[in-house]
Amino acid sequence: MEILVCVKKVPDPAENEIVVRRDGSDIDRDDLVYSVNEWDNYAVEEAIQLVEEHGGSVTVVSVGDEESDEIIRRELAMGADAGKLLDDEAFHYSDGRGVAAILAHAARQAKYDLILTGAQAEDAAAQVGGMLAAMLDVPYASLVVRVRVLDQGKLEIAREIDGGNLEINQIDLPCALSIQTGINEPRYVGIRGIRKTASVQVPVLGAAELGLVPATVGRAGAKVRKLDYFVPELGQGAEILQGSREEIADQLIARLKGRGVIQ
Amino acid sequence: MAPQVFVYVAHRDGQAADSALELLSAARVLSPDGLVIAMATGWGAELDQVCREMTGRCPEVWKLAHEALAYPNAEAIRKCLSGVLPSGAVLLLAHDTLGMDLGPGLSIKLDSPFVSDVVAMDPPADGALKLVREEYGGQVSTHLSCDISGGAVLSIRSGSFPASEETAAGEVRDKSSDIGDLSCGRRFIKIVEAEAGDVDITKEEILVSVGRGIEDEDNIEIAEDLAKALGGVVSCSRPIVDAKWLEKPRQVGTSGKTVKPKVYLALGISGSFQHLGGLKGNPFIVAVNKNPKAPIFQVADVGVVDDLLEFVPLLTERIDNQ
Ligand SMILES: Cc1cc2nc3c(=O)[nH]c(=O)nc-3n(C[C@@H](O)[C@H](O)[C@H](O)COP(=O)(O)OP(=O)(O)OC[C@H]3O[C@@H](n4cnc5c(N)ncnc54)[C@H](O)[C@@H]3O)c2cc1C
Ligand SMILES: Cc1cc2nc3c(=O)[nH]c(=O)nc-3n(C[C@H](O)[C@H](O)[C@H](O)COP(=O)(O)OP(=O)(O)OC[C@H]3O[C@@H](n4cnc5c(N)ncnc54)[C@H](O)[C@@H]3O)c2cc1C
Repeated sequence: MEILVCVKKVPDPAENEIVVRRDGSDIDRDDLVYSVNEWDNYAVEEAIQLVEEHGGSVTVVSVGDEESDEIIRRELAMGADAGKLLDDEAFHYSDGRGVAAILAHAARQAKYDLILTGAQAEDAAAQVGGMLAAMLDVPYASLVVRVRVLDQGKLEIAREIDGGNLEINQIDLPCALSIQTGINEPRYVGIRGIRKTASVQVPVLGAAELGLVPATVGRAGAKVRKLDYFVPELGQGAEILQGSREEIADQLIARLKGRGVIQ
Repeated sequence: MAPQVFVYVAHRDGQAADSALELLSAARVLSPDGLVIAMATGWGAELDQVCREMTGRCPEVWKLAHEALAYPNAEAIRKCLSGVLPSGAVLLLAHDTLGMDLGPGLSIKLDSPFVSDVVAMDPPADGALKLVREEYGGQVSTHLSCDISGGAVLSIRSGSFPASEETAAGEVRDKSSDIGDLSCGRRFIKIVEAEAGDVDITKEEILVSVGRGIEDEDNIEIAEDLAKALGGVVSCSRPIVDAKWLEKPRQVGTSGKTVKPKVYLALGISGSFQHLGGLKGNPFIVAVNKNPKAPIFQVADVGVVDDLLEFVPLLTERIDNQ
């Protein structure tokens, strides 16, 4: 099975406090620590496991900048066979549709049986996978937590829906799936594993190489424009307890007593 | 001319989802005095029942009946809607597991702008719509704009708009004959219900809930000790289940359990809407988080800004010593 996995470089939520720039134009990116989107790691692991069992190869692709090279190499270290970086000035400020259009052009350059994305990225828009599938005119299923290969070019997949119930579907290949967290346990890769991929070529493809009209993506092609970032007016919010650690604990105990939680 | 606004009504067992009335309120922002049309897809008596229910709310309800729509398979619904929606339509749907499946691809088929998980919007001016979304798990918000004069697909976050109180004496328009071929490459097989666990967190009054801030599987003990001291049980956020540190039936949230405790202690939980979506009944919420800007502090009653690994053992000790 030939599998394409779309991966995105995002600020690591565990490592960063997200702060809006004073002028609201963006978040402050100066000292951000980036990593691969959590959901995409699960997608790459799933692809690798499928190929381990059924043969084929895994290609990871990212729309990003030079720094995205590092996250592609991280996924190569996990066991992906090839990587592609899609980078061009014309791609900057794309909306979700623009990102999907760029990925669709990359997907058309080879014959993939399966295309995986994460369920969502840090913008939590959860849009690129479904858009990409529609552009390629292949069946799609979101929030997938189980994939089983059936014969005759079909998969059985489970989508996780409300309350953790599973919706079981059959889907024809080629298709696109968005992967939900928890589907597997992504393998660990260390710095040394990533260094070993240094000799692997990760081609950088721009609009020309992808055969894409620049004005259809990026700022020019965006149907949705991001105007600014802001921190919403805070409501009343919690009463933040003050004092030493011991004092705070005792205040909290008093509150819990008031609620009858502690006798 | 203002665009025609449609609301896609999800339903189950013949009843419209709670989201329907919220979508109608959102539609009113886009079309303050215009006609808002509700539409429902399905098959048989259940669909008729939902359509009838919606006529109490909307002057016009489009019924789209087809055997292939008996189960809400987003692939079939997308084909149906992209065939029947007039050009320039603005469609609102819920940002839930069906909306996420349906919306993005539908916007491509309709060649319309798409904005997901919308939490607020301003009335459009000259076709330009300004919307608000959250990013980074609610740590920051963004304003977006799009031109909806040629149509749009917008998915709306649950709880962001009030349930509409409008009433109507509407009528059902059966548009089923406009439905074209719905064959698609994905077939619904069955639903497998989530399994029950050793404890039923939905029945507990005191929940000590841990999130990614617990940092390590071995630290879960800290929460168990506190739960024991308080006479409650341990629940958790999704990443703890993903890491297999606790069992799925312990997960609180839209894709886990809906709980209604009297007291909820959120330890190292950021407060994503999918997590809070499982917290009902207006409990007394205590949040312990080392980030003073964590969104959980917006909904908590009492907050402790501290490292939970330091604070929680101390708290347990002081409770035990009482
Ligand atoms: C400086 C800046 C300006 C921006 N301006 C705008 C704007 O004007 N209008 C606007 O709408 N958005 C804008 N964006 C956001 C934007 O381009 C998002 O990256 C885009 O919407 C897709 O990401 P997402 O988070 O929505 O992806 P989601 O749809 O939430 O991600 C789902 C999955 O799609 C795949 N995927 C997503 N992005 C990529 C990628 N880059 N490469 C490979 N796979 C990917 C991954 O598998 C991911 O798990 C801006 C972003 C930045 C940083
Ligand atoms: C379709 C869908 C359904 C979902 N369903 C659910 C669901 O049912 N339930 C659910 O929970 N999530 C669900 N999610 C995931 C959700 O979006 C969030 O990713 C998740 O809730 C985050 O969990 P968290 O708060 O534990 O982790 P994070 O968001 O990573 O937050 C960890 C918090 O811990 C704090 N922290 C870190 N270290 C410490 C320390 N030492 N002391 C104190 N504080 C510390 C940090 O400041 C941070 O606020 C769903 C997502 C999708 C896409």
